[in-house]
Amino acid sequence: MPFPNAVKRGIPLALVVALIVLPVIDPTSQVMLMLALAKGLAVLGVIVLLQAGQVSFGHALYFAVAAYTAAFVGKATGGGEIIVTLLAGVLAAAVVSVVVGIFVVRYRHIFFGMLNLAVSMIFFSFLEKFYFITGGSDGLSVARPTVLGLSLERGAFEGVLYYGTLGLSLVALFLTHRFLSSPIGQMLRAIKTNEVRLEYLGVSPRSVLLVGYVVSAVLCGLGGALMATAQGIVTPEYAWWIRSGEFVFIAILGGAGSVSGAFAGAFVYEAVKTYAAAFAADIWQMILGTVLLLVILFAPTGLVGLYRSAVTRGDDIDAGAPDRRKREAVS
Amino acid sequence: MSGAVLLEAKDLEIRFGGVVAASGINIKIHEGRKLAIIGPNGAGKTTFLNMCTGYLKPQAGHILFNGQDVTGIAPRKLVRKGVARAFQIPQLFAEHTVIENLLMAGTAEARNWAPLTPIERVTQRAQMEHLLDLTKCSDLAQRSVSELPEGQRKLVDIALALALKPRLLFMDEPTSGVASSEKFEILDIIAGALEEARVTPVFVEHDMGIVDRFADEVAVWNRGEVLFRGAPDEVLNHPDVIRDVIGEEL
Ligand SMILES: Nc1ncnc2c1ncn2[C@@H]1O[C@H](COP(=O)(O)OP(=O)(O)OP(=O)(O)O)[C@@H](O)[C@H]1O
Ligand SMILES: [Mg+2]
Repeated sequence: MPFPNAVKRGIPLALVVALIVLPVIDPTSQVMLMLALAKGLAVLGVIVLLQAGQVSFGHALYFAVAAYTAAFVGKATGGGEIIVTLLAGVLAAAVVSVVVGIFVVRYRHIFFGMLNLAVSMIFFSFLEKFYFITGGSDGLSVARPTVLGLSLERGAFEGVLYYGTLGLSLVALFLTHRFLSSPIGQMLRAIKTNEVRLEYLGVSPRSVLLVGYVVSAVLCGLGGALMATAQGIVTPEYAWWIRSGEFVFIAILGGAGSVSGAFAGAFVYEAVKTYAAAFAADIWQMILGTVLLLVILFAPTGLVGLYRSAVTRGDDIDAGAPDRRKREAVS
Repeated sequence: MSGAVLLEAKDLEIRFGGVVAASGINIKIHEGRKLAIIGPNGAGKTTFLNMCTGYLKPQAGHILFNGQDVTGIAPRKLVRKGVARAFQIPQLFAEHTVIENLLMAGTAEARNWAPLTPIERVTQRAQMEHLLDLTKCSDLAQRSVSELPEGQRKLVDIALALALKPRLLFMDEPTSGVASSEKFEILDIIAGALEEARVTPVFVEHDMGIVDRFADEVAVWNRGEVLFRGAPDEVLNHPDVIRDVIGEEL
């Protein structure tokens, strides 16, 4: 047993503490961490669908729907209140996901992935072409909203936004974990292994997938609305297929089998992107590509899988390995 | 002795290309009477189960359950009405443990989606553990279903169906893939569980010893038709059945 339990429990806690103090020690890191959290939420949404064995190549749609909704609501209410703009964004993502979901949950695998991509591309074109509504490729600016009625200075606002996002991310992580361990969450995983039996339990696999789809869209939407608020601008790039691909990329990098993989992947991804872009501007994509290749080849369970095998190595022997693997898959 | 008619098939027809898998099937299934279906490979036994459980829609004919026309309705809707099924090849959730498989069935039956309660803590757990007791699978509760031998997978498959509290249970060759030395033992377990759950079973079986011991009635299938139906000793000793069906089993 290389690590005592206290250490195992302590590591996640230490990471959270690091996220709290890092912006204090190094204020320049806050922007990068904020982006990582917002993307991590969206990746969490992608991971929910991956439990059902389905990959969406169009989830930037929900990221963008929520971001633009937050921008519109902010505009319409003269800057707006952050709670209202975020809620409106998430709600819009949920509504759109019900409509699109009813259609796409009839399909699986490549068809599911491509249909999501197609819908997101339609929305992308809409954002580009209907510039009199959406501002076209210039996008829309997002005014700084009030926080519980208070108008804050830029620095204070960014601090509140960052720590608020950190809190929301932890809550989302916990709730998503609970959702995936619940009966309906387990049925979502059962879609990957046996839809026929699910049907013969009296359950509609499509309805189960639709629930998962809406949950995933809500998470993507929350990420998108927070990102828009942090960046102060929304552009069609929010809905672009490259961004959808980025979410899938980060999910695999972090470990698609676990909810914590979303954020592990997002932090590493943003860090590599930020620092590699600074020090090796021309080759950062190459670095990321190589990292992903190595992860797929040598650590198919992602960064979280690597971490787990490092921390728990040695006490696997009598722990009933398959069962343990299984339990970890949703933790 | 003979209960009410639970399910009635009327003039069922289905063909796959040139293969006639059901032609003019008429049969009544009575509550409380164990019905065995026998017949050579390709006779259309599984196809009949597929139609009765909503997996296949007959091209002609009707299926009545409890007097209600249920022809062509989806399996999940028939399950809600009380028709469950166990499969020729067990249909389990391969990435889950035995108890998790059952908990999914139990929560599905109770419509308890409990979106934020971990599945191992749902209220249906005690019932599902009882069911594992009945099917003598308690020791397997924490095992992954994909590592179990076939006989135990069959039992889990049946336990999943029983978790749905059905009135009628179709079982497709409950002892196939099980070593012959264990067949009787497994069927004893199944029969006990069915008895306690008060479920009427319809089972497809190739082993005439098992049919003789467990069935109240036997229906003989051949080329998509019901050839005979009667008490086991009567049907199993009929010369035509011995020639056309049992002969092939030997
Ligand atoms: N979905 C299908 N598509 C095409 N042909 C089918 C289909 N299902 C069954 N058949 C054909 O219908 C016939 C009856 O098949 P069925 O599986 O019902 O037989 P069975 O009596 O269950 O045989 P066994 O004892 O081998 O399980 C066979 O010739 C089979 O090939
Ligand atoms: Mg068959």
